Amino acid sequence: MFNTNEVLETINMVEREHLDIRTVTMGISLLPCVCGTAEKTAQAVYNAICKKAESVVKVTDGLAREYGIPIVNRRVSVTPASLICAPFPEKSHLIGKALDDAAKTVGVDFIGGYSALVHKGMAEYERKFILSIPEVLASTERLCSSVNVGSSKSGINMDAVKLMGEVIKSTAFLTAESGGFGCAKLVVFCNAVEDNPFMAGAFHGVGESGTVINVGVSGPGVVQHALEGIPSANLSDLAEMIKRTAFKITRAGQLIAKEAAKRLNAEFGIVDLSLAPTPARGDSVAAILEEMGLECVGAHGTTACLAMLNDAVKKGGVMASSRVGGLSGAFIPVSEDIGMIEAAERGTLNIDKLEAMTAVCSVGLDMIAVPGDTSAATVSAIIADEAAIGMINNKTTAVRIIPAPNKKVGDEVNFGGLLGRAPIMPVHNESAEKFISRGGLIPAPIHSNKN
Amino acid sequence: MRAVITVVGKDKTGIISKVSTFLAERGVNILDISQTILEDYFAMIMLTDISGASVPLARLSDECAALGREINMSIHVQHEDLFNAMHKI
Repeated sequence: MFNTNEVLETINMVEREHLDIRTVTMGISLLPCVCGTAEKTAQAVYNAICKKAESVVKVTDGLAREYGIPIVNRRVSVTPASLICAPFPEKSHLIGKALDDAAKTVGVDFIGGYSALVHKGMAEYERKFILSIPEVLASTERLCSSVNVGSSKSGINMDAVKLMGEVIKSTAFLTAESGGFGCAKLVVFCNAVEDNPFMAGAFHGVGESGTVINVGVSGPGVVQHALEGIPSANLSDLAEMIKRTAFKITRAGQLIAKEAAKRLNAEFGIVDLSLAPTPARGDSVAAILEEMGLECVGAHGTTACLAMLNDAVKKGGVMASSRVGGLSGAFIPVSEDIGMIEAAERGTLNIDKLEAMTAVCSVGLDMIAVPGDTSAATVSAIIADEAAIGMINNKTTAVRIIPAPNKKVGDEVNFGGLLGRAPIMPVHNESAEKFISRGGLIPAPIHSNKN
Repeated sequence: MRAVITVVGKDKTGIISKVSTFLAERGVNILDISQTILEDYFAMIMLTDISGASVPLARLSDECAALGREINMSIHVQHEDLFNAMHKI
């Protein structure tokens, strides 16, 4: 028989503390779909996804009911589309549409992988593919896009960084009616991972198997609640509590992942234990940092608290599952975390502090809205700063930034749902134009030479 | 296959009777029951064998949740593996 407290603890986690499986993501290789023409390839892509992901929604619904844990999102990630579109880059939009249509047919809320990996160099077909991103994001609903512009092994492709500043600006322009919503579906990475189940940055790496199930677990509320129970503990004890909590959450995720993979006839890929907040109260990473003893996220001490949190989460997760992957850590998307939103509104949290925080947590500058008149060069420079942090520290960093058209500091953009609302945050107005226009490659750091 | 059924809510007469009759009608065999009352708060945990149940686990879970709403208690049905995974190393 089970221990009563343990059973009730699990029930409480689900009912009151927002424990959920944030996403079950099916990774599908599209390499077998490449045909002679764009039209035939698009049809093959659509067919492949509809066939493989046909039962994702049905199976995950059943699992949620059997195990009594909500599964919030179902998603599909695919092989970076720039590879599929390589023979006909001018017609990349046809593949984009096929992906979006397939997502609607199988009923997943997002499909990721309209992506290109150009961290060392950018072929002409890749440049053309990247230029198609704004139009494609503006004309599709569920498709997400990502571009990897740097890695610790190869350095930072500054030509791609420059291009992405322009791509983000034109995506915002083309989706101006919705506050630049297209940019919420576009991530620029350094050290992108191939098995990330979270959107908007998910894609199915070429080193992956044919069909894989990756699961993203969440639970900032569970961690916050656990820390509330030990208000005067020292930091070693806090770290221990975070580890234990992360362990339990990850085990639940692994159970669902294995069972989902079995029922969907796919391989079990990884569990990504990321503390992913939602705009709901009690589901906030900022609230954990404040529970650790900060008056408000953004205060001095925030980076240290986040570093400890992120590390303890990873340690608990690694102990719980031998297949931990993806990003696994703490997410700090401003618009998706009520504590971050409020701190940004008060001005306690600014881009500079967020940049420091990204050096010690699992992602980067995420869901940050900046004034609509921010120049493409400034956006590129922000990307370059983030990519540099990722490259030097051997970690993934990302930029998902929204230069919200016609908005200025003091305004906000509201995307609704899990994407939340973002106060417009100020950026530095001094120009980085000359630096960005130089182009070329920032060489890989000395410590990348390990062979 | 075994499932853990948890009944939580304000204490009143007839909870066990209602829940166990409901389960018996669906061929669910109760293996073990533990029950605690903290102030007015009633919590019952049952380990059940659902191999002979007339409905699949997902549906049983929905039906028990509906019964819970009817008698104003919170009833959860969950595969036992969840608790093994989360609380045992």
